[in-house]
Amino acid sequence: MIEKALHGGKGYWAWIIFLAAGIGIGLFAYLYQLKEGLWLTGMSRNVSWGFYISQFTFLVGVAASVLIVVLPLYLHDFKAFAPITALAQFLTVGTLIMSLLFIFSDVGMPMRILNVPLNPTPGSMLFYDTLFLPGFMLLNLVIGWTAVGAEKRHTTLPPWVKFLIYVSLPWAVIMHTVTAFIYAGTPGRGFWMTAIMAPRFLTTAFAAGCAILIILSLVLRSLARFDAGEKAIRKLTTIMFYTLIINAFFLAVEYFTAFYSHVPAYSETFRYLFFGIDGNTAFVPWFWVMNLAILGAIALLAFPAVRNNHLRLSEACIVALVGLWIDKGFLLVPAAFIPNVFGRVMEYPPSWVELTVSFGIYCLGMLMITALYKVTMAIKGETLYPDK
Amino acid sequence: MTISRRKFLKTVSASCLAVTAHSAVGHGFELPGRMSPGPQELKARRWGMVVDMRRCDGRCTEDCIGVCHEIHNVPYIPKAEHQVMWLFQEPYENTFPDRSHELISKHLKNRIFLLLCNHCDDPPCVRACPTQATFKRENDGIVMIDYHRCIGCRFCMAACPYGSRSFNFRDPRPYIKTIHPEFPTRRKGVVEKCNFCQERLEVGKMPACVETCKKGALVFGDLEDPSSEIRRILAETPHVRRKPQLGTRPSVFYIF
Repeated sequence: MIEKALHGGKGYWAWIIFLAAGIGIGLFAYLYQLKEGLWLTGMSRNVSWGFYISQFTFLVGVAASVLIVVLPLYLHDFKAFAPITALAQFLTVGTLIMSLLFIFSDVGMPMRILNVPLNPTPGSMLFYDTLFLPGFMLLNLVIGWTAVGAEKRHTTLPPWVKFLIYVSLPWAVIMHTVTAFIYAGTPGRGFWMTAIMAPRFLTTAFAAGCAILIILSLVLRSLARFDAGEKAIRKLTTIMFYTLIINAFFLAVEYFTAFYSHVPAYSETFRYLFFGIDGNTAFVPWFWVMNLAILGAIALLAFPAVRNNHLRLSEACIVALVGLWIDKGFLLVPAAFIPNVFGRVMEYPPSWVELTVSFGIYCLGMLMITALYKVTMAIKGETLYPDK
Repeated sequence: MTISRRKFLKTVSASCLAVTAHSAVGHGFELPGRMSPGPQELKARRWGMVVDMRRCDGRCTEDCIGVCHEIHNVPYIPKAEHQVMWLFQEPYENTFPDRSHELISKHLKNRIFLLLCNHCDDPPCVRACPTQATFKRENDGIVMIDYHRCIGCRFCMAACPYGSRSFNFRDPRPYIKTIHPEFPTRRKGVVEKCNFCQERLEVGKMPACVETCKKGALVFGDLEDPSSEIRRILAETPHVRRKPQLGTRPSVFYIF
């Protein structure tokens, strides 16, 4: 089936070459970082985790969001999701590859990464992530690939794949919960130490997953004449709408606890994010844009005119994604280090090397997703238009 | 020429046996990588330290810091954000940020405190580490790092509420004035911190900072031994630990 990714028009190959070039540039930056050390990044002894770990966190969320498609389809027999299931699963494969590469880029001794499985440490939350991420990637690759293959041969899914699907449902929730536990179990970082971290992670994951799937479905509609089905898009929109509202509620609850309690350990980072401290305001505009984008997306999606118009809908999805990405993919990780453990405000700007490596990793993930989608589209095309 | 399978296996196993036997004899049947401490080793069930700020005026702390960093090959990185620090200084307000307020007494305001790894009884860094590269020694409570196992993920730095851990953001070796071959240098990409001079305790010496301090401001001893000097001081003098509310139970105590 993979040979189908090798046939495409000019636009397809231009996109592939663009991604390959991006990977090349990212790899070059990574080799530079590998040789020189992490001083090339914006990270410091004050803010010791930054852009890489943020991307990892955001992308694990997108990967876990496959649940919102697979669960209604297989537990509630919501057939409208059938056409987009493979898309969701391959999106998960791509985002997990990226997540793993972001961890890999962040560690100081990448050649020792196998020390994690070689010295299993059940007490460490990072250990669970290194187990659950590759496992979930394989699960989704196998399930997605077999499903597309079954579609090609006009057969039904073999029972062992159904079993894997049921395994993957709780797996998604556990995987993202342990990601949240990396942060929520850390004493001395009051911004992270909140029981609502895991629920909020799942909520933002599902919202972001819906937004990306809607955008991808609409892009594929214009590029590959792929019809996700109006019912599926509507359902995704509904899930996104409510998860965005739940997330806004969770955020409001966090703000209340921090500001009404006046406990400095919990409120200082929020004070920095909302207003800045002693003239340090680097994250403040980002934080306000994040809040406004989440609220803006909710407001937009409240209008039937937006929900029912594909162009308007995709715009609302982009607004939501901007908010969700700033929250989890940019601020959540480094902000917890501000102020630092000595009560000093030391800010964090990502460096160009960091951003270039990250761009390369995103290109690689998108290349994988593009190839897998191309195969899926080709097979769906053959099934739909057998004469062509 | 053909070699039968039987003959091949015979030759191979015989040579393996010879090599193993040779190395076993050569090393006196010791497990590789194990080093036993000398007979004069200082022992304790839980090492701890008192920093008596009545005796430390912060003027000569450069001496204890200097000696510590010198014998442990701690690099001097000019850029503050990437510094490596085993023993370091902070003003009162930053050492105890949760105790600082606008009416602190004169003798605490702007006082320079000596900081080091707290060798917590319940260390969050050890919990966080995904490879057990950082671990707490069961026999004496020292929190150590295996520099050969550390993958440099910096989860321990996020977990440590005391800023005691430093990451080698760049190759430290060019930044070491004179390399002391008795102690290993580190490489870029690993985390390091104070080890309570575990290598000195093994040969019967007190930690370097304790030995250097001529004013007796640093008292080192066994927290589990009721008859030890450190226990006597703790019993007689009011003292504090950094961020006790986090439940880490530091083994370093401060007397103002």
